[in-house]
Amino acid sequence: MSELDVAALGLRAVNERLQSVGPESNERVFLLRNPMGQHALACGLDAEIEVTIDGHAGYYCGGMNSRAAITVRGHCGVGVAENMMSGCVRVTGNASQSAGASGQGGLLVIAGDASARCGISMKGIDIVVGGSVGHMSAFMAQAGRLVVCGDAGDNLGDSIYEARLYVRGKVASLGADCVEKPMRPEHLAELDALLRTAGVGADAADFRRYGSARQLYHFHIDHAGEY
Amino acid sequence: MCGIVGLFLKQPGLQSRLGEMLAPMLLAMSERGPDSAGFAVYRQGVAAGESKLTLFHAEAEFDWPTLIGELRQADFAARLVDHRASHSVLAVAGPADSAAQWLGRRHPEIECMSAGRTMEIYKEVGRPAEVVERFHLADFSGTHALGHTRMATESAVTTQGSHPFSTGADLCLVHNGSLSNYHRLRRDLTRQGIVFRTENDSEVAAGYLTARLRSGASLQQALQSSLAELDGFYTFAVGTADGFAVLRDPIACKPAVLAETADWVAMGSEYRALAGLPGVAAARIWEPEPGRVYGWSRGAA
Repeated sequence: MSELDVAALGLRAVNERLQSVGPESNERVFLLRNPMGQHALACGLDAEIEVTIDGHAGYYCGGMNSRAAITVRGHCGVGVAENMMSGCVRVTGNASQSAGASGQGGLLVIAGDASARCGISMKGIDIVVGGSVGHMSAFMAQAGRLVVCGDAGDNLGDSIYEARLYVRGKVASLGADCVEKPMRPEHLAELDALLRTAGVGADAADFRRYGSARQLYHFHIDHAGEY
Repeated sequence: MCGIVGLFLKQPGLQSRLGEMLAPMLLAMSERGPDSAGFAVYRQGVAAGESKLTLFHAEAEFDWPTLIGELRQADFAARLVDHRASHSVLAVAGPADSAAQWLGRRHPEIECMSAGRTMEIYKEVGRPAEVVERFHLADFSGTHALGHTRMATESAVTTQGSHPFSTGADLCLVHNGSLSNYHRLRRDLTRQGIVFRTENDSEVAAGYLTARLRSGASLQQALQSSLAELDGFYTFAVGTADGFAVLRDPIACKPAVLAETADWVAMGSEYRALAGLPGVAAARIWEPEPGRVYGWSRGAA
């Protein structure tokens, strides 16, 4: 394992080092010390490496990740794993707003709570939150799955396209065009698999499913007068 | 953008280190606000029956002793408490209002940054590092402090447009965000007798709190009603004589992080501002919920 001191080396040097790991490299496990809440830690990685950040991270941690497995031992600021393509980002603490924003793939696991706009515009990413999520989560979500083991704030899934949302606790309110849908066997199976992969000890049977009513896809001539 | 920080000491043994702890917090927010910076410090009060005024004059060579002589001739029993760069702190006998009004009439070029018994406000245009250095922030001792780094979006970059804004005796406000209904609010508040010196939206928020507090509202009530009356984006930190409060608007686009240990409570726009505080590794750290007033005071701490 290679230890990198972010405070001593500087953010750019650390990210360049992580981004330059080639397929032949034997160096595949990294520990980042003293992150001090810096932004853009472990961004733009594109290799099957393991990166552990020992402390709290700032904004956009693990952004654009491909293939790497990133663990943050602490809390994360705005936009953790934004636009992730593949791989995995795990946060042992809480995450701030817009966690997993516009993520295209991979798995984001937040052990604690995520605040507002979790999974905003998600495009295929899977997000599993051990705690609760704030308002406007999964806003304009297009694909992927959002699993919330706690409660969801106001306007969950506002203007949602096709993502599937699973919530175990209370939903403060559903956003425009988001509705509760029946849990069929295939949903129980996919949720159970997601919970197992995420390492969250919850029973899929305790969750309810929400998704798009698909009423906003097309312009309605009846609404012409509203424009 | 803009960055805000706040630090409230619960452990009296840390009071001599207040400025030393706040300075790196403010510097960590330089990228969020490179235009101007300012801070409010609550430190030792003046003698019984006295009030404190923090005054600003744009000229570095301004003759403060002569001003104090003029104040004495006008029976204000003024004395110099502290002088730092463009700012001087004066103590006057009796309430600050009459001395501030006298200054406003006789020396309109002097800006009254703050009035009260413990609070002092220092602010200037320039990079936060320059402002921290110019006022020797690290030297301050005190019980609590707020700071602000500004990236102006709504009005001119001037000392008067910098934060914190005084909202009454020993009360101040720092703001990250922008208000959209401040023109109407300023007209309404002006009619109620609130005086505005800049085109700044945050000054209107400060004026709104001043008006609510004057009409008898508690700080909690004033902040609660601002949720309904102030339209826009904001994270506010408000300093009071014995504590501070934090409020984020319900949409919560503007960030805030809170941290608390047995020794202190700290607030920052980002965790970076708190990362160097002593004992932060063991602190409880959380993001304040939208639309909820958080407050700490010496009595309740």
